[in-house]
Amino acid sequence: MASLDRVKVLVLGDSGVGKSSLVHLLCQNQVLGNPSWTVGCSVDVRVHDYKEGTPEEKTYYIELWDVGGSVGSASSVKSTRAVFYNSVNGIILVHDLTNKKSSQNLYRWSLEALNRDLVPTGVLVTNGDYDREQFADNQIPLLVIGTKLDQIHEGKRHEVLTRTAFLAEDFNAEEINLDCTNPRYLAAGSSNAVKLSRFFDKVIEKRYFLREDLVSKNCNLLPYSAPPFYP
Amino acid sequence: MRQLFKDYEVRQYVVQVIFSVTFAFSCTMFELIIFEILKVLNSSSRYFHWKMNLCVILLILVFMVPFYIGYFIVSNIRLLHRQRLLFSCLLWLTFMYFFWKLGDPFPILSPKHGILSIEQLISRVGVIGVTLMALLSGFGAVNCPYTYMSYFLRNVTDADILALERRLLQTMDMIISKKKRMAMTRRTMFQKGEVHNKPSGFWGMIKSVTTSAPGSENLTLIQQEVDALEELSRQLFLETADLYATKERIEYSKTFKGKYFNFLGYFFSIYCVWKIFMATINIVFDRVGKTDPVTRGIEITVNYLGIQFDVKFWSQHISFILVGIIIVTSIRGLLITLTKFFYAISSSKSSNVIVLLLAQIMGMYFVSSVLLIRMSMPLEYRTIITEVLGELQFNFYHRWFDVIFLVSALSSILFLYLAHKQAPEKHMAP
Repeated sequence: MASLDRVKVLVLGDSGVGKSSLVHLLCQNQVLGNPSWTVGCSVDVRVHDYKEGTPEEKTYYIELWDVGGSVGSASSVKSTRAVFYNSVNGIILVHDLTNKKSSQNLYRWSLEALNRDLVPTGVLVTNGDYDREQFADNQIPLLVIGTKLDQIHEGKRHEVLTRTAFLAEDFNAEEINLDCTNPRYLAAGSSNAVKLSRFFDKVIEKRYFLREDLVSKNCNLLPYSAPPFYP
Repeated sequence: MRQLFKDYEVRQYVVQVIFSVTFAFSCTMFELIIFEILKVLNSSSRYFHWKMNLCVILLILVFMVPFYIGYFIVSNIRLLHRQRLLFSCLLWLTFMYFFWKLGDPFPILSPKHGILSIEQLISRVGVIGVTLMALLSGFGAVNCPYTYMSYFLRNVTDADILALERRLLQTMDMIISKKKRMAMTRRTMFQKGEVHNKPSGFWGMIKSVTTSAPGSENLTLIQQEVDALEELSRQLFLETADLYATKERIEYSKTFKGKYFNFLGYFFSIYCVWKIFMATINIVFDRVGKTDPVTRGIEITVNYLGIQFDVKFWSQHISFILVGIIIVTSIRGLLITLTKFFYAISSSKSSNVIVLLLAQIMGMYFVSSVLLIRMSMPLEYRTIITEVLGELQFNFYHRWFDVIFLVSALSSILFLYLAHKQAPEKHMAP
């Protein structure tokens, strides 16, 4: 059963935005009944058909690593979290549509995960001098997901959605807005499901099919080789 | 307010207003004490301001804040959403009842005054506040030298951290492989047409005992193993974070700043031991100090050292400085502790309740510190407080403070000792 290929995707975001609910929805197609705090990291696995419906269809395991905590944590917690950022193939950034601060913190989250190999300088990029160039040569696919869509009034929806569109553009990523307590947002065939599927396909492509170009460029993409653990 | 809510938005305007108002009135009380010493305003107007201030604070502490706390707690529970007001009133009445019962075992009830007089309310608020203060100072007195002194730091090497990290990653891998099996099983079951439903309701549970598909049995077994492994991974994560923190502290203690704090730690630990000693003596010998430190200090200098100076003039200034320092450090210490506490336990759901709880605690803390500050002031300044607060038995409060302080200090020593002993054993195990 462990013979299928695997791919590692991080799920990052502030405390309380709904990462655990989202991961549960993606992997088990069920709504999480009693969400509680994530201490450390919780992992779940989704079985994904790459290039579904074509002759090249192949099944992969996608590991969703849901890392808990906040950007303002003590540096000891940050150093401990850094052990999970090894050889990542894709990142899902989650923010809360009702909480503007969580969207702004996504910049810091992405920097924390992507700059893992650089020496930490203690200078955090704030919204004012955000440099899009840093993400221009980023090889790891990103996806931005906004949660708690149901808690926004109809009148404010337009304004909130424009804001998140800018956010996704900054990251050069797709965006999905949904409510984790309602599985119909990710029903098969809906535009959200198509975007999700495309994102996972992109991650798998970058990991397995374009390997030759990228090994020299970015050491983050070394093939993920884990010790063989058979249950 | 900005500091406290850096990462979360407290939506309700009311909560912010209540918190600020409580804080403002508490500070006004302290200002009045200072004015008392400096004799700034007219004496009768000072008296009037005292009364008014006390009334408002008591109103807020006893009536408004508990009501809002009940209201927000009830709104968090989804079931009772409809009858919010009714349930919050019920909660408030329960609170008032317990608040009243609190007064019975203590010798503070005097039959002369009515039910809702200021003395009754203050006495109860004072009891709660003094208990709180004593608990916090007891714990702080023991914790402070423990954190500052590097004698207690365990030795942590990089190899330890790496070994722990490796264990953490191995555990995560084990969890992943089990989850893969589960996902695959679920997928094959789904494709074969069996739908795995959680048994719902009473009959569902009975049915599932007798007939259960082999696939779902397997799943529950693996799920249990996964739960155990996840618990283990959480433990490992927390231990690793702990090791990193200790390593940072060791590095910090080698710098100059660290050495300075280390020295302060020794000084503080002596002070704390002295305080514990004094508390024990007070209780054992049933003695409550009659004079304040300032007058005693002046007496000592005058009698033993033979230095003659104008007692009245100096006593005013010295007591002013002393009281000012006490007030400032206690406010600062309280706010810092509250901020740390708030960061540790805040979440977007319960932030309203927590802010109100903090406002309540802060109000009670300040009221009781006014009570206790009376001890440190010379006789002529005490009169106004005694006048305003009526016939409270101040000696009782000081005794009570000493008792709780001692209990809290001893239990925190015990607690820290146990925690300290446990930690090295965990790391020695392979």
